[in-house]
Amino acid sequence: MSRAGQQTFVYDRPPAIAAHASIVGPKEGQGPLAEWFDTVLEDDLLSQKSWELAEMEMVRRCVLDALNKAQLPSEAVQAMLGGDLNNQIIASSFAARTLGMPFIGLYGACSTFAQALVIGSALISGGYLENAACTASSHFCTAERQFRFPLELGTQRPPQASRTATACGCALLTAEGEAPLRVTQGTVGRIIDLNITDANHMGAAMAPAVFDCIAAHLADTGRSASDYDLIATGDLGWIGRNLLLELCAAAGLDMPADRLIDCGASLFSREQDTHAGGSGCGCVAAVSCGWLMKRMEQGELSRVLVVGSGAMFSPTSSQQAQSVPGIAYAACIERKD
Amino acid sequence: MSRQPFTPDQYHELVSKLTPSSRMLRGYWRAFWVGGLICAVGQALTLWADTLHLGEVTSPMFTTGVLVFAGTTLTGIGVYDRIGQYAGAGSAIPVTGFANSVAAPAIEFQREGAVMGVGARLFTLAGPVLAYGIASSVVVGIAYWLIRGWVL
Repeated sequence: MSRAGQQTFVYDRPPAIAAHASIVGPKEGQGPLAEWFDTVLEDDLLSQKSWELAEMEMVRRCVLDALNKAQLPSEAVQAMLGGDLNNQIIASSFAARTLGMPFIGLYGACSTFAQALVIGSALISGGYLENAACTASSHFCTAERQFRFPLELGTQRPPQASRTATACGCALLTAEGEAPLRVTQGTVGRIIDLNITDANHMGAAMAPAVFDCIAAHLADTGRSASDYDLIATGDLGWIGRNLLLELCAAAGLDMPADRLIDCGASLFSREQDTHAGGSGCGCVAAVSCGWLMKRMEQGELSRVLVVGSGAMFSPTSSQQAQSVPGIAYAACIERKD
Repeated sequence: MSRQPFTPDQYHELVSKLTPSSRMLRGYWRAFWVGGLICAVGQALTLWADTLHLGEVTSPMFTTGVLVFAGTTLTGIGVYDRIGQYAGAGSAIPVTGFANSVAAPAIEFQREGAVMGVGARLFTLAGPVLAYGIASSVVVGIAYWLIRGWVL
């Protein structure tokens, strides 16, 4: 049975997470999760000429770090699946150029990492790939100049705004291997739009899509939220997390609040003045590859649902007063003992 | 198939209930004292310019020049964005904020080159202010020209 319900893949040959790596920027490295990340950058320009090249370099280093841990040469990687927030996903594709791997570029906004896990696992389970490097990245400085304002402009941000994390995560999936973690199921979400037009309020724009994806996953698999040790949403922020809890309550979906965490809300402390929390493709990627997978390997958690969430707007759609549609992908990661 | 428990309108109501509002009074106070301070500095400069006998036309230009220079310098050394985060409109409205809105893209887009980077993007933020500022001054000028016979 390789499919459950309307939206869920059930992987016949669940791929192993052979290795995972995470890199975060200096501000993320001052947050509460700092000790869980493999690399905390001191210089977020990474000695490059531009922020875009810095993000590319961050992706390159992160993928190589994961490969080193698995002792797999880069020539042996059969596919790199990844994306980022830059126009035409240049950080990922330029990193793939340097790495020389077959490349599948993805765009799911901030859900890209979960999207890569879902698709990469399907390709491995189906026998099309022996391994896949799943990655996603974001950089505060590339996102600011593309979606908002120049860095040095003196603007105030509203309390619902989030801060794009400078971060990258890479999970190396393999068909064979002794690694304890497996990706067992993946759910492809629908685009949901409840007509939120404030592009600053991404938590509000994405929460209904995350709710829909979780509800679909649970309905498809016949599970309840308490079957998971943790449900980790990508970057709803703390306001979006509260909205998700309200949506679950109103729909009669039992969601224990102590099992629902948000990667963006966990990445920064309130004192760091990031308003609603962290966001960006790299947020859920680095938090999953750092914090969550390490805790799973230590035996603290045995089944986690990573739900990446994306706000599918562009500066153009936003300036043309269009609403912000949301998307979510869910990947179920289990520890096999 | 929709699983959503709320209609968009109901959801918007919930969103505004759960979203903290900006702290207005604190914002007003910060904008007032920072904006006021910048204006007081400007007034002091004008008074000083008067003692230098720069004349009625040159004194305000001297003041503007000094403030624009200060705003640009503070942008260049990475201070003005912090002031802006604190003071909001208090530091955006005075001419130092205008200088910031020109200097910030100049720094940001220099990597795209002198022509398509700095040249093309320099006025991305200040452009609307210039366009509508100049346009409205023309409208006011024409209106003044039409009614000056009755007014004067």
